[in-house]
Amino acid sequence: MSLITFTESGFYCEKADLYIDPWKPVKRALITHAHADHSRSGMNHYMAHLHSIPVMKHRLGDIDVQGVEYGETICVNGVNITFYPAGHVPGSAQIKLEHKSESWVIMGDYKLGSDGVSTPFEPVKCSHLVTESTFGLPIYNWEPQDEVMNTINKWWAENAASGVTSVMLGYAFGKAQRILANLDPSLGEIFVHGAIYHTNNALSEVGYKFPKTEYVTNETDKKRFRGAIILAPPSALGSTWIRKFKPFKVATASGWMALRGARRRRNVDKGFVLSDHADWTELNKAVTDSGAENIFVTHGYSNVFASWLKNKGLNAEVVKTAFEGELSEIGESTTAEPE
Amino acid sequence: MKKFARLISALDSTTKTNAKLEALVNYLDEGSDRDKIWCVALLTGKRPKRPVKTALLRTWAAEEANLPLWLFEESYYIVGDLAETVALILPPSGQNDSKSLHERMMQLKSLHQKDEKEVRHEITRAWKEMSKVERFVFNKLITGGFRIGVSQKLMVRALSKHTGIEEAKLSHRLMGNWVPAETHFSELILESSSTENLSRPYPFYLAYPLESDPEELGSPEKWQIEFKWDGIRGQVIKRDGKVYIWSRGEELVTDRFPELVEMGQTLDRDAVLDGEIIAYKDGAPLTFNHLQTRIGRKRITKKILENSPVKLIAYDLLEYEGSDIRQEPMEKRRIFLEQLINSNPHDALILSECIKEKSWSGVAKIRGKSRSLMAEGLMLKRKSSEYKVGRKRGDWWKWKVDPMAIDAVLIYAMRGHGRRANLYSDYTFAVWDKGELIPFAKAYSGLTDKEIKEVDRFVKQNILEKFGPVRSVEPHLVFEIGFEGIAPSTRHKSGIALRFPRMLRWRKDKSPQEANTLEHLQSMLDVYQDGN
Repeated sequence: MSLITFTESGFYCEKADLYIDPWKPVKRALITHAHADHSRSGMNHYMAHLHSIPVMKHRLGDIDVQGVEYGETICVNGVNITFYPAGHVPGSAQIKLEHKSESWVIMGDYKLGSDGVSTPFEPVKCSHLVTESTFGLPIYNWEPQDEVMNTINKWWAENAASGVTSVMLGYAFGKAQRILANLDPSLGEIFVHGAIYHTNNALSEVGYKFPKTEYVTNETDKKRFRGAIILAPPSALGSTWIRKFKPFKVATASGWMALRGARRRRNVDKGFVLSDHADWTELNKAVTDSGAENIFVTHGYSNVFASWLKNKGLNAEVVKTAFEGELSEIGESTTAEPE
Repeated sequence: MKKFARLISALDSTTKTNAKLEALVNYLDEGSDRDKIWCVALLTGKRPKRPVKTALLRTWAAEEANLPLWLFEESYYIVGDLAETVALILPPSGQNDSKSLHERMMQLKSLHQKDEKEVRHEITRAWKEMSKVERFVFNKLITGGFRIGVSQKLMVRALSKHTGIEEAKLSHRLMGNWVPAETHFSELILESSSTENLSRPYPFYLAYPLESDPEELGSPEKWQIEFKWDGIRGQVIKRDGKVYIWSRGEELVTDRFPELVEMGQTLDRDAVLDGEIIAYKDGAPLTFNHLQTRIGRKRITKKILENSPVKLIAYDLLEYEGSDIRQEPMEKRRIFLEQLINSNPHDALILSECIKEKSWSGVAKIRGKSRSLMAEGLMLKRKSSEYKVGRKRGDWWKWKVDPMAIDAVLIYAMRGHGRRANLYSDYTFAVWDKGELIPFAKAYSGLTDKEIKEVDRFVKQNILEKFGPVRSVEPHLVFEIGFEGIAPSTRHKSGIALRFPRMLRWRKDKSPQEANTLEHLQSMLDVYQDGN
């Protein structure tokens, strides 16, 4: 019997009787990170990194959750469980489970580059690796964050110079903080949508600090929006809320913006390629660095990435999950294709 | 090519016409004459012959990136654009292209004389000298078709702003078969018509579909009303005794239609005729399929000429005895046209008949007979109208009959291209035959973006099998498919071929069992053919 099995409710460790990122209600759940498709409601007991807890509580209400530190090992019925940084969003973790000679790492979502907010990724050795594959095609290769942020700041400055408001769309937890932390506050005022404001507050409980922002309310003087930047979740596009910033330019930041088709469909003025997921090179590096002999590929271009790994002589297979990767971020179909 | 790549990015990143116009004018203002002529040619669809097979580009790009070809192909399915896939997959170069657009175009032209090894060397070296965006543009120069929303009209507007020459003159100067590599910007654009090419056609005046009640157009007597034929719009030009035939797609098609050339040669004076080229035999039009046998091939055999003879149904006269008469009112041009045809009777030349009715209800009755006469409906042209350039509202309307329609089940889907890349937007539809679904038509248009997303989600969740890029899906969704014509076909399993199939609406109210049958289609075919 393998230490981890793939069940209808999610990844299951029978020996310790707990699930990792389950998508159906279970007794005990280990959570890699606080995004909605990995951290779902209805579990009796949660275990997550300390930094995930405020956002989880903000989203799931009053849950029973135990916090752990990176590198801290917890033993459940002889299974050693350790959380390692995954670099995806604040509090995100790769979860390692070890028993005797078998060691599994469930990576959750991850990226290798440092984003200036989340604790940077650390490679972890194991025999069995579960990796995502959101951008598991060789067409996805990210530019360094500094370059992308320079173009975002430049875009903001150009808009400000022509008296236009800049509306920047990004997922409310993770992407928004990453952009916020790397904006140049000398360019003007920074406003945030409520969803981002509350997430920032939750994160500040565990010590995260961000440049000064202001919550957009109905009372905010509209004149102040001119030349300012507004951070908002993707759902704001096309809403009545966004109209108060007229005249404005709107941009979106996502890995999907690497493709011309997606950029044009999204109907924004500008698409910045900025992702919290590993690109093609990073996915390959993460797999190699883990030293794992058995690779399980989840959400994304899993069939292609698994075939590629097999091509390289690795023992790889596809595992179907209910995770969504970054697709939900641009409102496109969130279903991966079956084989 | 740095500047041209910047222009393409600017055009690509906006949907606003004014922003596109500004980007074009900036490029023209700053560019060299040699680059400008290429820019005009490329963005108005004048593309040199493809110098490299795309299969080779795929192989070379995959090898440069150290990837197996199957992985390149998988990526291409997702990207939906070959030029972009190549640009994305190659390792970054850290370079910007120092060669001009003209230099790159001449380089591509020179590849026709080189062997495969040399061509590969040149292309892969070029990739290494370029940034990602430049590579994309360079690849597009090879594979063709930018699709960035620059119409001929917009290019003409930009040129007009750049040169100060009026738009109508410029759009005429851009017509014809000038070759960018051999044409100087100043000769083509700036010089007046004295040196103008004898074969140069006029820009076609195109009609909008009639959206309102015809009663709002005033008395029918103010309108020239004619049948709208399902052929190829064409211009027959006779100048200095020479005959040229142009299609609306701005292609010189003289050698495809020897009977029209012969007709032109017998004309006793110079003229430019506008009309419909149509397959016609025994006193009646033939289906569009017959015409297709005339366009599709280089050599027109005796047999094809016998089976599918063509005629010109002439409806307008643009130039008469050497003068451009496009500014004259329709009714006056019509008198000249009648004069010309009456004094030059020819078997391949038919004067388009004018329908004379006192009331719109009378006109509507005649419109109702269109299909049985092999016409698509009616054309309404204001008798006082001049012959304009391009598609304009107000004076010319097409009043087509409603399309034929059938309810069908979606059974295959493919990802689209360009704006629809990575979305399943191209579908194959089937009807029932003895309990089996028989595919009979492909359709790509007619749905809103929102509906496409919804179908895309359904497809992704209901895939049955994969055949290369094609996915067979659970036969569940029903659509009303509209089409303009139907003809027998030996090439399709269903035994029929449709003209202009598209989705009229999504029949969410219907279950797949309620879709139509092949028998329905066959009965439509019978009715349509009987009217012949």
